[in-house]
Amino acid sequence: MSEPILEIAGLTKTYAGGLTALDRVDLTIRRGEIFALLGPNGAGKTTLIGAICGLVRPSGGTIRAFGEDLSRSWRTARQRIGLVPQELGLDMFDTVERQVAYSRGMFGCAPDKARIEEILKSLSLWDKRNEQLRKLSGGMKRRVLIAKALSHDPELLFLDEPTAGVDVELRRDMWKQIGKLREQGVTIILTTHYIEEAEEMADRVGIIDKGRILLVDDKDAMMARLGRTEAIFSLEAPPAAIPTSLAHYPLTLDGNELHYRGGDGAGRGKQEVAAIAQQLTREGIIFTALEQKESSLEEIFVGLVERGEFAGEGAAA
Amino acid sequence: MINFRATLAIYFHELDRFRRTIFGSLVAPVLTTSLYFIVFGSAIGGRMQAVGGVDYGAFIVPGLLMLTMLSESTSNASFGIYMPRFTGSIYEILTAPVGTAETLLGFVGAAATKSLILAAVIMLTALLFVDYHVAHPLLAVGYIILVAASFSLLGFILGIWADGFEKLQIIPMLILMPLTFLGGTFYSIDMLPEPWRSVALFNPIVYLVNGLRWTFYGKADVDIATSFGLTALFLAICIAIIAWIFKTGWRLRS
Ligand SMILES: Nc1ncnc2c1ncn2[C@@H]1O[C@H](COP(=O)(O)OP(=O)(O)O)[C@@H](O)[C@H]1O
Ligand SMILES: [Mg+2]
Repeated sequence: MSEPILEIAGLTKTYAGGLTALDRVDLTIRRGEIFALLGPNGAGKTTLIGAICGLVRPSGGTIRAFGEDLSRSWRTARQRIGLVPQELGLDMFDTVERQVAYSRGMFGCAPDKARIEEILKSLSLWDKRNEQLRKLSGGMKRRVLIAKALSHDPELLFLDEPTAGVDVELRRDMWKQIGKLREQGVTIILTTHYIEEAEEMADRVGIIDKGRILLVDDKDAMMARLGRTEAIFSLEAPPAAIPTSLAHYPLTLDGNELHYRGGDGAGRGKQEVAAIAQQLTREGIIFTALEQKESSLEEIFVGLVERGEFAGEGAAA
Repeated sequence: MINFRATLAIYFHELDRFRRTIFGSLVAPVLTTSLYFIVFGSAIGGRMQAVGGVDYGAFIVPGLLMLTMLSESTSNASFGIYMPRFTGSIYEILTAPVGTAETLLGFVGAAATKSLILAAVIMLTALLFVDYHVAHPLLAVGYIILVAASFSLLGFILGIWADGFEKLQIIPMLILMPLTFLGGTFYSIDMLPEPWRSVALFNPIVYLVNGLRWTFYGKADVDIATSFGLTALFLAICIAIIAWIFKTGWRLRS
């Protein structure tokens, strides 16, 4: 289960303009897992995927896929890798079925109408198979990109921001699809800048910012660290200490203000703030104002860095 | 290990693009060439002297064929590779298990195929307007394939170099067209006074037009071996440039 499918060591990319988009990245991906690469825009997620898939020429470091050095065994490795890119790069005048068959051929697989039918049906594209791509909605085009990436049955699948700009329904649908692929044993690496998405899908999460992998951890452990809800209760008459009934919440007392900072990537913070408010009322502690805000991913990263939570474990796999 | 399936995928995808754009790729150039035949072959040609023993209408057939082949091969191949770069769909070619050979064979093979279809249609159309015979049919077909492949390769390079649609048109319009018109399409360079005759020998298209003319009528302004040799050299240079492009990822991989 935990045999590595991808091993990246010291991967660096400096673009022609001099910008270092990847800075000595070390990362190991286990076979069969769903790995979420979480980071704000411009963090280097697409560059990292590009370096593995052949779109970006690394400036340094090594990538091993399926146990072999990718710079030497790129042909055999690429046959086993699929990519759903972030941008909708498609020949808009071609039809759905032809495009998927084209992809299958590009990856060296024999034509297989039955397999393509299966893929198109699983993505609800079968009815549109003879439609030109330009006539499809944005969500449908994204499905076509997925169908193309699956056409050669890859063992390792990259999804670059699969749900960016996609409506809620399609997003749920896609999560379901990804779950199914995992059941079939496909290893999946997805990038996202939504904490919620990482939480929903991933087994493990890696945080990337400014070209550096800051932290890699199991999803649950990671979510616990990504406290992102901040609340300030302004108290009419502050108590001498935080009541014991509230002791298990991440609270600090600062003069007239009771500070809360916590929650996970998802909705726990808001629930806790509501529960604290209730408990304060029960305790007879009156608050005159409540200010609450959710930090952005970038703010959380800065906070984590400042608190030294990344010290010495940046490369932990 | 060569990924021939990828070559076929590219080849048939490109031919399908040809089918989709049949008017622009086939009908338009055939119409244009027919106009040349009507004007220069039938209308004016009747009053022109035979050139080196070849009736004027027949004399211009290889030149006009060359004119169309050069511009169509170049623009077909350049569009073929520029479009995926423009739409972003090139990501798939760059991430697939394909190397230079497979990619080139697919794109250039398709562009050359289109040129050959076009050449056949133009030669048949020409029969409607002028009477001509091909002295060395096999050599003519071989030469046409060589030229179609070479200029498809040139187009491929253009399509990778260009960073806008207008640049795609610059080389065919500003260099190929004038050089072809000045390259003996409508006249024998023997008809030129000095020093223009010597200057014309520096125009590479002269050798292409005359190479093809030789395969048609068994005589030309320049030696046929020189024509074949120069065309093959041009082909080799294009392949070397493309090999370098793929090796360095120039304009393809960031
Ligand atoms: N082709 C390129 N040339 C120069 N800089 C680039 C190129 N592609 C991306 N960058 C820069 O590299 C950084 C990382 O970009 P990217 O990998 O796309 O981030 P992400 O996918 O996490 O949003 C950004 O600052 C971006 O502007
Ligand atoms: Mg990105």
